[in-house]
Amino acid sequence: MPKDGGIGASSKRREDVRFLTGVGNYTDDINIHGQAHVFFLRSDIAHGTLNSVDTTAASGMPGVVRIFTGDDFAGVGSIPCGWQITDKHGEPMQEPAHPVLATGKVRHVGEPIAAVVAETLEQARDAAEAINVDIAELPAVVDMKAALADGSAKVHDDLSNNLCYDWGFVEENKAATDAAFEAAAHVTSLELVNNRLVANPMEPRVAVGDYARGTDEHTLYTTSQNPHVIRLLMGAFVLGIPEHKLRVVAPDVGGGFGTKIFHYQEEAFCTFAAKACNRAVKWTSSRTEAFMSDAHGRDHVTKIELALDADNNFTALRTETHANMGAYLSTFAPSVPTWLHGTLMAGNYKTPLIYVNVKAVFTNTVPVDAYRGAGRPEATFQLERVVDKAARELGVDPIALRRQNFITEFPYATPVAVEYDTGDYNATMDKLEEMGDFAGFAARRAESEAKGKLRGLGVNCYIEACGIAPSNLVGQLGARAGLYESATVRVNATGGLVVMTGSHSHGQGHETSFAQVVADMIGIDESMIEIVHGDTSKVPMGMGTYGSRSIAVGGSAMVRATEKIINKAKKIASHLLEASETDIELKDGAFSVAGTDKSVAWGDVTLAAYVPHNYPLEDIEPGLEETAFYDPSNFTYPSGAYACEVEVDPDTGKVSIERFIAADDFGNIINPMIVTGQVHGGLAQGIGQALLENCAYDENGQLLSASYMDYAMPRADDLPMFDVDHSCQTPCTHNPLGVKGCGEAGAIGSPPAVVNAVVDALQSAGKDVTHVDMPLSPDRVWAAMQ
Amino acid sequence: MYNFDFEKPESVADAIAALQGEEAQALGGGQTLIPTLKQRLASPSTLVSLKGIAEMQGVCMGDDGSVCIGGATNHATVAAEAGAYPALADTAAHIGDPAVRNRGTIGGSLANNDPSACYPAAALGSGATIVTNARQIAADDYFQGMFTTALDEGEIITEVRFPVPEKANYQKFVQPASRFALVGVYVAKYADGVRVAITGASNDGVFRWAEAEAALSANFSASALDGLSLSGDDMISDLHGTGEYRAHLCAVMTKRAVAAA
Amino acid sequence: MTQVSMTVNGKAASGQVEGRTLLSSFLRDELKLTGTHVGCDTSQCGACVVHVDGIAVKSCTMLAAEADGADVSTIEGQANADGSLNVIQQAFQDHHGLQCGFCTPGMVMSAAALLKDNPKPSEQEVRDYLEGNICRCTGYHNIVKAIMAASGQDVGAIAAE
Repeated sequence: MPKDGGIGASSKRREDVRFLTGVGNYTDDINIHGQAHVFFLRSDIAHGTLNSVDTTAASGMPGVVRIFTGDDFAGVGSIPCGWQITDKHGEPMQEPAHPVLATGKVRHVGEPIAAVVAETLEQARDAAEAINVDIAELPAVVDMKAALADGSAKVHDDLSNNLCYDWGFVEENKAATDAAFEAAAHVTSLELVNNRLVANPMEPRVAVGDYARGTDEHTLYTTSQNPHVIRLLMGAFVLGIPEHKLRVVAPDVGGGFGTKIFHYQEEAFCTFAAKACNRAVKWTSSRTEAFMSDAHGRDHVTKIELALDADNNFTALRTETHANMGAYLSTFAPSVPTWLHGTLMAGNYKTPLIYVNVKAVFTNTVPVDAYRGAGRPEATFQLERVVDKAARELGVDPIALRRQNFITEFPYATPVAVEYDTGDYNATMDKLEEMGDFAGFAARRAESEAKGKLRGLGVNCYIEACGIAPSNLVGQLGARAGLYESATVRVNATGGLVVMTGSHSHGQGHETSFAQVVADMIGIDESMIEIVHGDTSKVPMGMGTYGSRSIAVGGSAMVRATEKIINKAKKIASHLLEASETDIELKDGAFSVAGTDKSVAWGDVTLAAYVPHNYPLEDIEPGLEETAFYDPSNFTYPSGAYACEVEVDPDTGKVSIERFIAADDFGNIINPMIVTGQVHGGLAQGIGQALLENCAYDENGQLLSASYMDYAMPRADDLPMFDVDHSCQTPCTHNPLGVKGCGEAGAIGSPPAVVNAVVDALQSAGKDVTHVDMPLSPDRVWAAMQ
Repeated sequence: MYNFDFEKPESVADAIAALQGEEAQALGGGQTLIPTLKQRLASPSTLVSLKGIAEMQGVCMGDDGSVCIGGATNHATVAAEAGAYPALADTAAHIGDPAVRNRGTIGGSLANNDPSACYPAAALGSGATIVTNARQIAADDYFQGMFTTALDEGEIITEVRFPVPEKANYQKFVQPASRFALVGVYVAKYADGVRVAITGASNDGVFRWAEAEAALSANFSASALDGLSLSGDDMISDLHGTGEYRAHLCAVMTKRAVAAA
Repeated sequence: MTQVSMTVNGKAASGQVEGRTLLSSFLRDELKLTGTHVGCDTSQCGACVVHVDGIAVKSCTMLAAEADGADVSTIEGQANADGSLNVIQQAFQDHHGLQCGFCTPGMVMSAAALLKDNPKPSEQEVRDYLEGNICRCTGYHNIVKAIMAASGQDVGAIAAE
């Protein structure tokens, strides 16, 4: 039932008006008086010894302010990694230094070697062309398995080899898991690639550094999903600037999808150079630069095996994965193939024994880190592909096999160290079957065949873990940060509220949905609430937005702060109403005394807080502003069931998505319109991974897909209308809103549905095809059919 | 981009004069040239825009019944106004995207001769005549390999004349990222025979498939192509498809073009 | 440097440009009309679409000098005279046709160009027309829906809210 504002209403987004009229404030829209521009000279060689960087000629070019090389950063720290993995022998991962500008060696195409600061960008670029760089090329390390072979060239000469870590999870389960495979009635195995992707938010990254000599204060405007994290990482670990002298602002940000979580060299450079040059320094990434400097995603090569007993119950699962780290460790890179991947390998199933092995590998490629879903899409893809393959091998219905093995009792402790609090996997599957009209599939297939096309149906489930926490646990797992969130709620004298949240909105609509929550709690109009985010000088602390954590963690902090506000306001109201605090009720924006007609309006209470004439000054302070930090006790576990129907043109291999159906359980929902939009976007990225997107390197470490000419972004005519439902709701049991998070689900759940559907289509034509690696581009599908 | 001077002459003569300057280069719609300049892959001293030349604009019928297109005519205009040659109008309607079609010109496309562009297939497939400020060049003589044409330095395409066939069709199988042709086949049936021109596939740029032309000249039906194939050995092999795959697509798209003509 | 003059959103605008100055740079840097965005360098993403003499073009692939004397309209000039959202803008808000907002100016300008030529496009026609506008957030579902709704068609039958 649609509501008129508040929790559960599809309130229209207030931020849309500025975006639709061209008056948003993105980082590239910020220009500071007197700013200079920086152009980064980047390596066009994947691996080489950097013999010299001669800037003599370039320094005298018109407009040049100063040219920086690696030597200028001798006293500056390494770009830090925020997560340390302990390997299966109890040893810490190998962790290389990551300089702001290359020193000694270049390790991937796109690595910045020198930075030219000049009056204009074109002048900076002109001068960069006059820099003389001498690089002695070394053999490029590209293939992960070859990287681990004896005699491979080393990406980092000071490390013992190219292995970042060899992680076993849960190591204690390994022997029992292997024994279960020995005893299995059937084993299905599959080797697959989870293709490397480039996140490609439509707004390229931008950094503007500014420095106020009079106060020694630095300001960085940056396209970030978490400005406080950048402040901490860059200030404390790279540049040595205390937080009170460093302001980081992430204004309107044009999409992130993970790749704007991380702290990048360009941010540190612009902040550093603004002081060194005593003027603001701006960098705007071109799309071409983005392809070779934004952290990439995925890039796993996996062998997965599923053991079943004679009754088709899953008895054990084991996997071996090679995960590409690229040339350096990006901020959260080590956590992605481990804690964000291994812990999800149970999926929706009560498989009792699971063992996951992950070897993380350095290569001469752009660093790889979290991209929408981060580890969970990789887990879901391999699991749902192997389950589908098992069903086909055993000749059983893929849905029935899944249902038979579903976890049905909650809470459920998996063998991979997490406890699912709630869920109802049969409910989402029921919903999917209802929406999908699978009974009508045979007729639809016949229609396709009459047109000369093959039709396939693919189904899968997924579970994800959102709002990674609690901090003390993730600390044990190697996180070098807390994973709480903070919110300050400031009530103004006339009753309006400002919520300062550490969550960051870069498309998710927090300004609308967060206001809905507070409006609902107090019973006032949403328009009385302003949501502020993205500025470390306004928001006390924040861990930012990623991992579908905003409403579950940031929203919970906001609820806790609002509860404190309400509690204090009730004290004030009880004074004004001359009644016991325990009798005060807040409803529809007014405080009343239970059982009486005595009441006082919200605005009168807030006015009293700031004009405390009639006020219990002896008991409480004036003012009405509260801060809360919320540290969740567990992840949240959204889940769902997806179905995809494809048509394959057997003459060309071209796959078209005919139908895509998603039944999700996100727990309680704040704004159904926004949630649906999040699912649509996730589906497009998942379908993009499955059919179109492929970040490819050649054997020399040259990036083959370095622009939209070769990296296929999903376009409007690649996608269908989606059929999306989220009426199945098992609320989260451990956060105050009962919410789970929805941002990544679509990207996690959709790739296996697409591939399952294509395999189904090809098998319908009698082709002996059990797997095709993503992306299922026409040439690959055609080749698989030959 | 390196900097350059910009000129916008109003006559062919003035354009030719402007192009005599050292490192001067003609600018059609700029839809390929400007991205190339952004990458600093070219460094003209002067760009001479041809868009201000009225005599190079528009679509008209020639005395011999051919469709004549001014060299600076954009794709959207061809799509809208070349109705006398529907397959050509339809080809123009599917080049690039709408905004690109509003700027890109036929002269610019043919002068560039991108191996994956659509117009070279249409021109070669139609046996068009490329008219320049200096001469008339038959399409068969004009295309000389990837990014290479018969144009001399400073010579510009003022008009392209397409004889109108009895039937024609262009089938484009798009490269999923760039949306250029991975393989595009233009088939045109004239009274004196059938022409088949293929873009996107060959390392030598657009080419005619003689075997298919002979078969279709004898019997203009898709089945006439049964058993005919091209070798993928000299075809483009890249991230989006091997030479073998492209060769296969050539046959598939030719059949489809014949069926749709 | 040469002087260029044009009408932008109904007002006279002029400035000094180099030969290489792109129309998008002129709008953003000289005229401070930062609603026009630049999302790629290969003329594909369409975030920079504006209208020049009533025709949709990619302003990052047109020189400012080429627009000398032209009538240019940008996202900043699309709202109604009273400042309220026009029909297309309102439909984008009503149907959640934008998330991060970065591609949105180009989407709105392309939608306006489409509806001028084709007042009642089918879903496929809308999708085909958007070939040169890339969105990474929405999966296009709600953009297509918004454009069809802006054309006055009933979108009630299209799945989801």
